[in-house]
Amino acid sequence: MILKYLIEKEVKQFTRNSFLPRIALFMPVIMMLILPWAANQEVKNIHSVVIDNDRTTVSERLVRKVAASTYFDVTETASTYSRAMEAVESGSVDIVLEIPGNFERDLRKEGAASVLISANAVNGTKGAFGSNYLAEIVRTYAEELQTEAGLRADAPPYRINPVNQNRFNPRMDYKVFMVPALMVMLLTLICGFLPALNIVSEKEKGTMEQINVTPVPKLAFIMAKLIPYWVLGFVILSLCFAVAWAVYGLVPAGNLSTIYVAAFVYILAVSGFGLVISNHSSTMQQAMFVIFFFMLVCILLSGLFTPVDSMPRWAQIITVPNPLKYFIFIMRQVYLKGSGLTDLLPTIGALGIFALISNTWAVLSYRKTA
Amino acid sequence: MIMNNIVIETENLTKRFGKFTAVDSISFNVRKGEIFGFLGANGAGKTTAMRMLCGLSKPTSGKGTVAGYDITRRPEPIKRNIGYMSQRFSLYEDLKVWENIRLFGGIYGMSDSQIAEKTNELLHTLDFGKDRNTPVKALPLGRKQKLAFSVAIFHEPKIVFLDEPTGGVDPAARRQFWELIYDASDRGIAVFVTTHYMDEAEYCNRVSIMVDGRIKALDTPDKLKCQYNADSMNDVFTHIARTAERTGE
Repeated sequence: MILKYLIEKEVKQFTRNSFLPRIALFMPVIMMLILPWAANQEVKNIHSVVIDNDRTTVSERLVRKVAASTYFDVTETASTYSRAMEAVESGSVDIVLEIPGNFERDLRKEGAASVLISANAVNGTKGAFGSNYLAEIVRTYAEELQTEAGLRADAPPYRINPVNQNRFNPRMDYKVFMVPALMVMLLTLICGFLPALNIVSEKEKGTMEQINVTPVPKLAFIMAKLIPYWVLGFVILSLCFAVAWAVYGLVPAGNLSTIYVAAFVYILAVSGFGLVISNHSSTMQQAMFVIFFFMLVCILLSGLFTPVDSMPRWAQIITVPNPLKYFIFIMRQVYLKGSGLTDLLPTIGALGIFALISNTWAVLSYRKTA
Repeated sequence: MIMNNIVIETENLTKRFGKFTAVDSISFNVRKGEIFGFLGANGAGKTTAMRMLCGLSKPTSGKGTVAGYDITRRPEPIKRNIGYMSQRFSLYEDLKVWENIRLFGGIYGMSDSQIAEKTNELLHTLDFGKDRNTPVKALPLGRKQKLAFSVAIFHEPKIVFLDEPTGGVDPAARRQFWELIYDASDRGIAVFVTTHYMDEAEYCNRVSIMVDGRIKALDTPDKLKCQYNADSMNDVFTHIARTAERTGE
C-alpha cells in the first residue's frame, strides 16, 4: 500500500520536472536518428594518389580500375613518390599507390609484380581499410590479367573471394550494427543512472532524512524509485523498435520477445548498479562523476565501437564484468542473426548473475540508520 | 509499555565519532504532552542527540527508549510513533500542499478516505483553503513551517521532534507556530524542540541546556531563572553557555 503513494509521488515529480520528460523523449530521438549516421565506420572517398612509372596499357588499366572504385577518389596523379608523400604530409591525401617502372615486364616475364601502397595511418581506420580495398583491387586485377593471357594453362583455375566477407551484415552497413547497440545505451541511462541520480538528489535536499524517520521499508522506497523508470525504459525501448523500423527499415531477424526478456534482466542488473552508486554517494557531483567514469569505461569496453575480439587479451578480460557488453551482444544477435532465447541463455545468465550481485550489494549498502 | 506517561527516557546516552564525543552521557526523560526545550550552542550535540532518539543514528553506548521501544534494538517501531521536522524542511517542494499531506498520510498507513477527510480538516484549521493546490515551494517560509509541522503530526504520533523549526521567520510568525505546538501538546503529543530563540525557551514546560555534549541544566524556565538569579532565559543561557570549551561550526 505504501508503494502506491510513493510511486504516485515519483510519477508526479517526474512529470512536473521541467527538464526530465523532455530529455527522456529527446534523447532517444537524437540517438536513433543522428548517431547511427555519425557513428558510421564505413570508409568512403579515400583520397588517393597514383604514381604510374610504367605508363603501359597494363598499368593504365590498373589506374582506371582504382579510379572507378567508389571507395577511392583519385585526386591527382603525381610524377614522383616524394611529390606524392608531400601531399600525404599536408593531409590532402590518405593513400598512395606507386606502380614501378618495370611493372608490365615483370608481370609478363616472371608472372609476378609488386606495387607499393602507402597509407596515411593518422586516421587508422581509414588507412587500414584503404590499404585493404586497394590490395583487393590489385589482386583481382592480377587474376583478370592471368585469365586473359591464359598464362600457365596447367595452373588450377582459382578464384579468390574477397577476404573481408561480412556475414550477417553483407553490405557492411554500420547502421544495422549501431542501432541495436544504441538502444542498449539508452536503457542503461534511463533505468540505471536516472533513478540513482534521483535518490542522491533526495539525499542532497534532505527529504531522504525525512523518509528515513518514517516507517517506509527500505524495499518499498527502492522499488518506488525503480518501477517508474523501468516502465519508462520499456516504453522508450518499444519506441526505438518503431523508429528502427520506420527510419532504417530494421526489424529483428529474431523475436522481439527475446529482446524484452533479456532487457528485463539487463534492467535489473543496471538499476542495481545505479543503486550501489547512489548509496555510496552523498552529493550529486560525486554520483555524476562516478557514473560518468563507469559509463565511459563500459561503453569503450562493450564492443559498441570496436569488436571485443580485436582487443588485446588483457582488455578482453576486463570486459568480462561489463553488463553492457552482454546486452549489446544479445541485441545484435537477435537483430542481425535471429538468435532465440535458447541460444542466448548463457549470455542472459551472465546478466542474471550480475543482477544478483549488484542488487545484493545495493540492499546491503542501503542504511536507514547511520 | 509506557510507564508513568514517560515517552522518552535516556540513560547515559553517548555518541562518539572517532575520538570526538558529540553527546556525552546524557540522561533525561520526557512526559506525555510535555513541551521539552532542548537548548545548546551550535555544536553542543543537540542534533546528534535528536537523531539518536529518532532512530537515524545508533548510540555508541548508553540506553534510551522512545515510545516504549529501545532506540538501539528497535528503531523501526519507534518511527511509527514519532513525527519529525528538521531545519531543512522536509516537505517535497515540487509537490502541491494536498499532495504532500496525502504522501505522508499514505506512508503512515492511512487509507485514501481517511486522508481526504483529515486533509480538509487540516487545511481549514490552518486557513490553507486557497493554498490547497499551491506547490510547497511557492509558500512563504512561515506558512511552509506551519505546514511541515502539521504534516509531521498528521498521523497523531506520541512524540514530535522539531529541529530548529522556526529559523528565519519574524516573531509574529513564530508566535503563530507556537500556537500549533500548544494545540499538539494539549492533544497529548509530547513536543521535543531544539531552538536558538530564548523567547521560545520561555514557552517550554521544561528546558535542558547542553554544553559540550553534556546536559548542564534541566528544569522549568522559572526554576532555572531562580536558580541562576536571572531575569530571563537569555541570561540563564548566556551564563551556562559561557562555560563551553568547544566552538560551534
